[in-house]
Amino acid sequence: MADTLESPPTTAPAPTLEAPAAAKRFRWLTDRWLATLFVSPALALLVFLSIWPLIRLIWLSFTDYSVTRDVPESFIGFENYVDVLTSPVVQARALTTLIFVVGAVLLQTVLGFAIAFLISRRARGRGALTTLFLIPMMLSPVVVGLFWKFMLDVQFGVVNSFLDSLGLGRVEWLTQQRLALLSLVVVDSWQWTPFIMLIALAGLTAVPKYLYEAAEIDRASEWFKFRRITFPLVWPLLLIAIMFRAIEAFRLFDLVYILTGGGPGGTTETLSYNVYKVAFFGFDTGRAAAYGILMVIVVILAAQLYLRYLDRLQGR
Amino acid sequence: MATHIQPSGIAAEGIAGETARPPVRRRRRIGSAFEIALLALLAVVMLFPVLWMLETAIKDTRDIYAVPAKVFNFGPTLEHLKDVFSPDSPVFSGFQNSVIVATASTIIATVLGVPAAWAYSRFPIPAKKDQLFFILSTRFMPPVVVVIPVFLMFRDLALLDTLQGLILVYAAFNLPFTIWMMKGFIDELPAEYEEAAMLDGYSRFEAFWRVTMPLLIPGIAATAVFALIFSWNEFVFSIFLITDPESRTAPAAIAGLIGGTTINWGLVAASAMVFALPVLLFAFLVRKHLVAGVTLGAVRR
Repeated sequence: MADTLESPPTTAPAPTLEAPAAAKRFRWLTDRWLATLFVSPALALLVFLSIWPLIRLIWLSFTDYSVTRDVPESFIGFENYVDVLTSPVVQARALTTLIFVVGAVLLQTVLGFAIAFLISRRARGRGALTTLFLIPMMLSPVVVGLFWKFMLDVQFGVVNSFLDSLGLGRVEWLTQQRLALLSLVVVDSWQWTPFIMLIALAGLTAVPKYLYEAAEIDRASEWFKFRRITFPLVWPLLLIAIMFRAIEAFRLFDLVYILTGGGPGGTTETLSYNVYKVAFFGFDTGRAAAYGILMVIVVILAAQLYLRYLDRLQGR
Repeated sequence: MATHIQPSGIAAEGIAGETARPPVRRRRRIGSAFEIALLALLAVVMLFPVLWMLETAIKDTRDIYAVPAKVFNFGPTLEHLKDVFSPDSPVFSGFQNSVIVATASTIIATVLGVPAAWAYSRFPIPAKKDQLFFILSTRFMPPVVVVIPVFLMFRDLALLDTLQGLILVYAAFNLPFTIWMMKGFIDELPAEYEEAAMLDGYSRFEAFWRVTMPLLIPGIAATAVFALIFSWNEFVFSIFLITDPESRTAPAAIAGLIGGTTINWGLVAASAMVFALPVLLFAFLVRKHLVAGVTLGAVRR
């Protein structure tokens, strides 16, 4: 059919292309300029309140500066670092922190994963259950600390009251040497179990159903399905949650401050709390700076490990 | 019809056992009941502290200190809640300050963070990945350590005891989160939308402003809500940078209630409840983005 192959209408040649007004107005704004303009204010704020303080902290860590003395600081080299690293108190606090981090992360991982697993097997009410379980996580550490300080009170705390009526006697949760650290672990786990649960649940719901169906056909046992399908597929995500929690637990301060204040006898003093005492009670700013820098190094290394792992996982 | 050879017993239930129902797995049903019971127990344990605090907030002062604890038969009162909002309450000004600080810092973090996130998402910026990692790493630094140099700096700049100083700190504290979270949202939007708009004559900036921004509003809202929650809950910077009772924020004010020799637990519980309620409400609004939010935008599903 000839008429479908119509020749293009011969009109006047197209007028020379001219950029619309808007584009002309912003022509000076090249991509490179735009990127710089958009990124630099954010970076400036971070440099002002994260990097510059850090640089100042590094400088202070090599001096004998103290906030309360009005003499200018003098450079003393690595003395602060040697002091901190060889101090038996710091080593004891590092051990306390390690016990706390391992204990808390372990407890909340086991509990969080268990809850997530149980929820993921329920067909109905999943959303409502998840929302309820997530409440502790959204509370401020101050609120959580106060809740538990009240509940664990020796005299009128509800926990002791229950124990009493069961005939088990009262327990000094926060003032007895060994128990205090355990209480701290329990309270931190109470707050952060939902975090692990949330992430584990995200992993569990992402496991494809057909894998279970295939296993079902092969008459695989529940345990086998868990060990060979569920766990391996959720583990990478769970590991991310664990690493995240470990970093957070390492730098924990507020809960210790509210619950025990480092006591009794320094048994619940984490590294963070010890830095605070050196800086704001000992007024030994230079030493606290060196102490802090060492902590920052640990955190930065852990954070890099965490982020690289995360990146590799998402790149797949 | 060919005769089937089949095990005895099955023939009674169907032809060749094909329609025979598989044996009911009674064990699984018992297991399921056990799971529900376990889940209920865990839920009670996890929620008990919240309920107990809620109860304490509306309990008679006498009943709060009752031994053994009164779980159901307590005298209800609104006294403590009234105390929180009374003019001479030690925490009320804290709430006002918290609203100012959380709102202002969230606005700053959003205004600086959203364009930065867009630029990181769309442009080939040198060492982009390293920059992004670095940005998020700053968020992991121990607050007690960072507060030492910030304290000295603010002392020199006369920003101690001011809300402005705290706003700046919280903005810097929320910025890494805002950038990561927003970058996730922006990565999900095809860059082709902007390219199409540019073909139609928009400049790159206008394509961002008129095409991408409107699509980002839900993401920005979710991100801002998380930033709001983080600054609302923050405690460490607040107690170290502000010592003046007039300008401290709510967490510091509430923590200040337990400083004395006698503690009014009813007031503590009521303030804690008033403090926590908006957080829970906001968290409920953004529950869809919770995984991304609580991992600082690093994990997305």
